[in-house]
Amino acid sequence: MSADTLVLILVATVAAGVPLIFAALGELIVEKSGVLNLGVEGMMIVGAISGFMVAAESGSLWLGVLAGAFAGMLMALVFAFLTLSLMANQVASGLALTIFGIGLSAYMGQAYNSVALDGLKAIQIPLLSDLPVVGKLLFGYDPLVYLALLMYPLLVWFLYYSRGGLILRAIGESPSSAHALGYPVIKIRYLAVLFGGAMAGIGGAYLSLAYTPLWSEGMTAGRGWIALALVVFATWRPGRVLLGAFLFGGVTIAQFHVQGMGVEIPSQFLSMLPYLATITVLVLISRNAATIRLNAPASLGQAFHNEVH
Amino acid sequence: MIKLTPRPQPSQQMLWLSPLLAIALMLVVGMIVFTLLGQNPLKAFHAFFIEPVNDLYGIGELFIKASPLALIALGLSVGFRANVWNIGAEGQLTMGAIAAGGVALWFYDSESHFVLPLMLIAGALGGMLWAAIPAFLRTRFNTSEILVSLMLVYVAELVLSWLVHGPWRDPDGFGFPQSKQFSDSALLPVLLEGTRAHAGLLITLVALAVTYVFLRWSVVAFQMRVAGLAPRAADYAGFNAKRTIWIGLLAGGAAAGLAGTSEIAGPIGQLSIPLSPGYGFAAIIVAFVGRLNPIGILLASLLMALLYLGGESAQMQLALPAAVSGVFQGLLLFFLLATDVLINFRISWGGGRPKPAAAAPQAVAKPVMEGEQ
Amino acid sequence: MTSPPRLELRGISKYYPSVVANEDVSLTVMPGEIHALLGENGAGKSTLMKAVYGVVKPDKGQIFWNGEEVHINSPAQARKLGIGMVFQHFSLFDTLSVTQNISLAMDDKHHMGKLAKRIEEVSESYGLPLNPHRLVHDLSVGERQRVEIVRCLLQEPRLLIMDEPTSVLTPQAVRKLFETLRRLSDEGCSILYISHKLEEIRELCHSATVLRAGKVSGTADPRQETAKSLAEMMVGKELPICEHPPARTDGAELLVVRQLSRQSEDPFGTDLKDVGLSVRAGEIFGIAGVSGNGQQELLYALSGEKPSKDAAEILINGQPAGRMNPAQRRKLGLRFVPEERLGRGAVPPMSLSYNALLTGHDGEMTKNGFIHHGRMRDFSLNSIERFNVKCGGPDAEAKSLSGGNVQKYIVGRELLLNPEVLVISQPTWGVDVGAASFIRQTLVDLREKGVAILVVSEELDELFEICDRLAVIHHGKLSEPYPARAITLDEIGVLMGGGSLAQTAPADLPTTANTEAHP
Repeated sequence: MSADTLVLILVATVAAGVPLIFAALGELIVEKSGVLNLGVEGMMIVGAISGFMVAAESGSLWLGVLAGAFAGMLMALVFAFLTLSLMANQVASGLALTIFGIGLSAYMGQAYNSVALDGLKAIQIPLLSDLPVVGKLLFGYDPLVYLALLMYPLLVWFLYYSRGGLILRAIGESPSSAHALGYPVIKIRYLAVLFGGAMAGIGGAYLSLAYTPLWSEGMTAGRGWIALALVVFATWRPGRVLLGAFLFGGVTIAQFHVQGMGVEIPSQFLSMLPYLATITVLVLISRNAATIRLNAPASLGQAFHNEVH
Repeated sequence: MIKLTPRPQPSQQMLWLSPLLAIALMLVVGMIVFTLLGQNPLKAFHAFFIEPVNDLYGIGELFIKASPLALIALGLSVGFRANVWNIGAEGQLTMGAIAAGGVALWFYDSESHFVLPLMLIAGALGGMLWAAIPAFLRTRFNTSEILVSLMLVYVAELVLSWLVHGPWRDPDGFGFPQSKQFSDSALLPVLLEGTRAHAGLLITLVALAVTYVFLRWSVVAFQMRVAGLAPRAADYAGFNAKRTIWIGLLAGGAAAGLAGTSEIAGPIGQLSIPLSPGYGFAAIIVAFVGRLNPIGILLASLLMALLYLGGESAQMQLALPAAVSGVFQGLLLFFLLATDVLINFRISWGGGRPKPAAAAPQAVAKPVMEGEQ
Repeated sequence: MTSPPRLELRGISKYYPSVVANEDVSLTVMPGEIHALLGENGAGKSTLMKAVYGVVKPDKGQIFWNGEEVHINSPAQARKLGIGMVFQHFSLFDTLSVTQNISLAMDDKHHMGKLAKRIEEVSESYGLPLNPHRLVHDLSVGERQRVEIVRCLLQEPRLLIMDEPTSVLTPQAVRKLFETLRRLSDEGCSILYISHKLEEIRELCHSATVLRAGKVSGTADPRQETAKSLAEMMVGKELPICEHPPARTDGAELLVVRQLSRQSEDPFGTDLKDVGLSVRAGEIFGIAGVSGNGQQELLYALSGEKPSKDAAEILINGQPAGRMNPAQRRKLGLRFVPEERLGRGAVPPMSLSYNALLTGHDGEMTKNGFIHHGRMRDFSLNSIERFNVKCGGPDAEAKSLSGGNVQKYIVGRELLLNPEVLVISQPTWGVDVGAASFIRQTLVDLREKGVAILVVSEELDELFEICDRLAVIHHGKLSEPYPARAITLDEIGVLMGGGSLAQTAPADLPTTANTEAHP
């Protein structure tokens, strides 16, 4: 394998990891607040089609990205209303969000199945982008990739060095204590869920506007679920989310290259790899119950009502 | 803002009213959406909900769509009651169909009466095998059955895709991804002349009866329900938590596998992709809308089947995309989850003050919420 | 006195849909006064204090602060006025550090490093030493309470609300706490002291308001009252006395624990170290201790919810039972009543009938794996009637019952299933006085029938009242057993704090001498 191919593979790995980074970091914040939103897949795919539609109609890719974020937030708002205001079961509501999102996106996207779009382009930094190897590897991505990477230090700062993050973690740990101290538990959880929705929406929009700039039904192909698994894999730590996302990016990309190298395996088996890899890492992490117990937000998935404990 | 006040007792009325309310809300929102899309809402209602079932054939279609939905939902409800979240029924359906299809293709030239029963057994086992993976990983490694069962949906679909593109592809099929048409010995007989309603309906009816008896009278079902409602009480009583997970997942797997079998041995008649229009996922909605109760599931499956048929009919009559039925299904579940709040809470708008209760002395001592437990 | 009262409540009422928590409650606290708020569980004390702290909004009534009417809408506002609150179930966050926990209750901008320093200073100066950098889940219960108190002290409160502060402390730690509170009172800080422990109130408080069923049933100077007169104000009737003849000493050893050691699966839990005990037929064996010293782990091991690897660690009726699950242990005659009634001892959203099936499913209520609904109902009715459970009948959901009635139902259920060994944890925790004395009497009666009973409780009074022998658990180690009538409250306190009794001879057999040994 030449150095050029290796660079290509690495660059493609980063790109394949980006939608997972957005969705998983968003979900991480949601779960840190004590809410489990299983609707990531639904928010992502609605983000993907909304972003694509707006970009195709307006001609502006960035308007598309914004639309993706907004659509993800709208979906998240439905979930938040059900689970936070009406105290519906979080698991069932998340599933409903995904089922609804897949149906809605198919409906919205009917007229866009054969539309082509000029996707987001890599930014060209004079001199730097032209450097050999490093130029492609570090300075050859589209802006959303950098945004995803920027989210990591931002979230680390927020979670561990800001007062807002301290409050968020406190609420995820013990909503009743936070309530007793006077923190607006429901309001903060709303904000966290909306943030998660926006991130999932951007992740979806990245798929339809940059990664493969076209719309096809079900194009998220389980990435929302993989993002959920990543949060567990990362034991709720942003750094490991990044690591996991690139790992999965690598597995996704590897399948194309294995085929390219002429290995005689039916393509379907290679396509299974990301899903099988997800199951494998989940097993590896979950078998250690104490790790999960120490890192998972203690109130994860439980409804909170200030008059019923 | 809305204010929720907990009811002292869950409302039995609301338990049954809430699904009806959810259906009504779905219809109202649907009509509004149709109007916004420039359709005459009454005409759209007719095309969606009346047209598909105004003849015998249509009613037959309703039943053959409701049958797999009800069957899978019955199986899932056993697990859901115990908080075992099998959401990979679509994959178990696919695996069941692959196993049964394998039997049908293996005995392609046989005219034996045993082919069909063998297919049903293989189908159930195929679904159970696929559900056994999350069950094993959950009981052995504490891995989330939600994520594992879901991931396996994609894997199962890829296995099917490989089979019908590769080893099992019909050589005379013009390259379409499908197997040979099964021979008659591998097909379920039609029950009613003039419809496509097949004997698979009977399997669903048997499953309905079995589930009903199981849930109402068996100690095992009681133990599983305890595990779902209060897992620590189940530990306290010494109920076997692993058994609960195994039964919860295998019941769904077997039901989905059987549903997959009766699809390929019924209306489809071969292995092809896509195999199901999302029955495995829609059945989750059926299970919830049916309140995890066998009779409720039966009614909910008919409603969901009507939504599928309505989608097809709307496509033909109103030139609306068929995906609109998916939107309706999702809406229905949303509304149900929302209206369910009425079972345990009273809703008032604004800062309404709850009325003081008639103060029975022992009621005062009740540490219901702010009490000093 | 010319200064206005620090706090005055006038006609406070708070209604919940099924409960009147407070009705027309008025009270006055002067500067520097230690004022007791006294009442049974469920009398409305906590709700009233939450109204003062801005967590709960009263439906009626006025609050005056230093003579001026105020509307306290949030805890932040209460803190701004100078009101601090130490919660009964601490409002702390396990995975955060002491400093972070305290920071969360500070409303002004502050620097974390400087805050940590101030925590050290303030905690030292009040004799409540704290390391600001430790994580809360590493702290003992007493240390956690310190965090709560220091959190309030940092805000220089003018009124400190303490909700049942001593329920988690050893008698010695209680004395230490009282010193701190008296010093605060001398500095002019008023204290509202919520408790149902009469002796403590007589020792500490300057005045008392008694609540019964949400209403003020009396005010008193507790130093002038006897414990009995205060109790009658609280309950409204004379208290029945638990009859308690000396125990048999010749019963067979029905429950034996030998060298039970195990690591807690819970990273925040306590490891058990070489625990040994034996309970005879016809005696009540009590285990005292500050909560979090291994009681949970021991009970999980005894009940079979967390079985041992070694079968011989636990003998029930002479049978090695260490590896058995709870259902198998029930077959040997063990019955267990956990301290968490809803969610463990009973399934909250299930009817009382189905809750009978929870532990009775291997008996006559089922046949060949199928439920006999009629017999299930009859059993449930029997338990309701025999144990005087106030409820809407066998179809009522368990969660619709009051704490005391759920407990009576669960105890009744286990007793109707004919125990030979009964393990019961916190038998009267959160139960009103009437039900509590009924349950204690039931246990003593059961002892007379030759059942071996093990009681784990944090209420020392209760243990002294019903037990024949007592042992103390501390840091996962169980002390030698002592005859309950020969050991004093102070000695138990020493053991609870991890000390040892040099002189007192441990007693394997209960003696009947010296019945007045404890106050």
